Amino acid sequence: MQELFNIFIKGIFIENMIFAYFLGMCSYLAVSRTVKTSAGLGIAVVFVLGITVPVDYLINKYLLLPGALSWVSPSFASIDLSFLSFIIFIAVIASMVQLVEMVIEKFSPTLYTSLGIFLPLIAVNCAILGGSLFMQERDYLNVTEATMFGLGSGVGWYLAIVAIAAIREKIRYSNVPAPLRGLGITFIITGLMGIAFMSFMGIKL
Amino acid sequence: MSAENLEREPLFSAKNKKLLLGPINKDNPITIQVLGICSALAVTVKLEPAVVMAISVTVVIAVSNLVISLLRNTIPPRIRIIVQLVVIAALVILVDQFLKAYVYDVSKQLSVFVGLIITNCIIMGRLEAFAMANKPWPSLLDGIGNGIGYGIILIIIAFFRELLGSGTIWGIHVIPKFLYDFGYVNNGMMILPPMALITVGIIIWVQRSRNRELIEKN
Repeated sequence: MQELFNIFIKGIFIENMIFAYFLGMCSYLAVSRTVKTSAGLGIAVVFVLGITVPVDYLINKYLLLPGALSWVSPSFASIDLSFLSFIIFIAVIASMVQLVEMVIEKFSPTLYTSLGIFLPLIAVNCAILGGSLFMQERDYLNVTEATMFGLGSGVGWYLAIVAIAAIREKIRYSNVPAPLRGLGITFIITGLMGIAFMSFMGIKL
Repeated sequence: MSAENLEREPLFSAKNKKLLLGPINKDNPITIQVLGICSALAVTVKLEPAVVMAISVTVVIAVSNLVISLLRNTIPPRIRIIVQLVVIAALVILVDQFLKAYVYDVSKQLSVFVGLIITNCIIMGRLEAFAMANKPWPSLLDGIGNGIGYGIILIIIAFFRELLGSGTIWGIHVIPKFLYDFGYVNNGMMILPPMALITVGIIIWVQRSRNRELIEKN
């Protein structure tokens, strides 16, 4: 239990998707103009990461890894399909996003309208594919650990985008040097926030 | 390209030259179009992985632009994203296997970032914005131009981070020994991930103060 909690906290603070790995930067920079829309995108990312990481974990473990197919028949034990992982992961993500979109539309129309255009865009958000690839690289023990990692990274991404959106809303009233306005200052603020987040790196969990 | 095309338009006409050279400065994918930042920053601690990454992205973007441009009239608009992703993913698998075979150490350093070329927004962005509506030859040039524009920023960042952070360039020490004796210290901050963002911020600052028309309004 404690192990699971550690993975979750690690995903949020120590291995934050934005500040430690720069994943999902494109939508992070493009959608962070107001807090409201960025919170909507953040929730959608938490949702999709929480679903795709465990699904990709199961696919990786039972279909792709060397010898993973031996549960079908012992004669498949020598097959190694891991070179297919990129194409399978991206297909899973694209179809999962589609599926999540349909489920939300059916069961919670209010959430669906508030997420709006962001849901389909998530399919090409690097944070999602990054989550699956990190999961593959780190060899989590079971599917619960992978789920906690997915949720933790999602929450970390959510925190980061809401924080930068709040800062950008305020910075509109300050006198930033003209060539830095907009994109430039956002990069520098993200860098400073990243330095602040580095202080979590000393924590051993 | 066939001979008839050569007659209609020279291979490197002014328009095509602009496609190739525009993205290097005024229409740069990273600093102006804000595409492809995700994988750009994490690979710039050292020059070598940055160069390998720049070449890989240029190859993938140029070839996928060409392929999608050849297919553009046969792809149904509804499923175009999936078709584009499959083309990109297939190319990235080729690049990944190639890197593993010939430059294994660099491929280990790049780790997941080779796979992340698939979701690199430069590639999807150029496919959507350019290759779906243009002929193969201009699309190829556009791909190469954008790949180089991306690569140049990557190499500039990596150059400064490696020089200031470790005092080396391409793994060779360039800061003379006597400077260290006088108390010069490598700036460990430059190796940390956040400094990549600040370096990009400074590059944008320099570029925009040289080209005033690029300054944002808000």
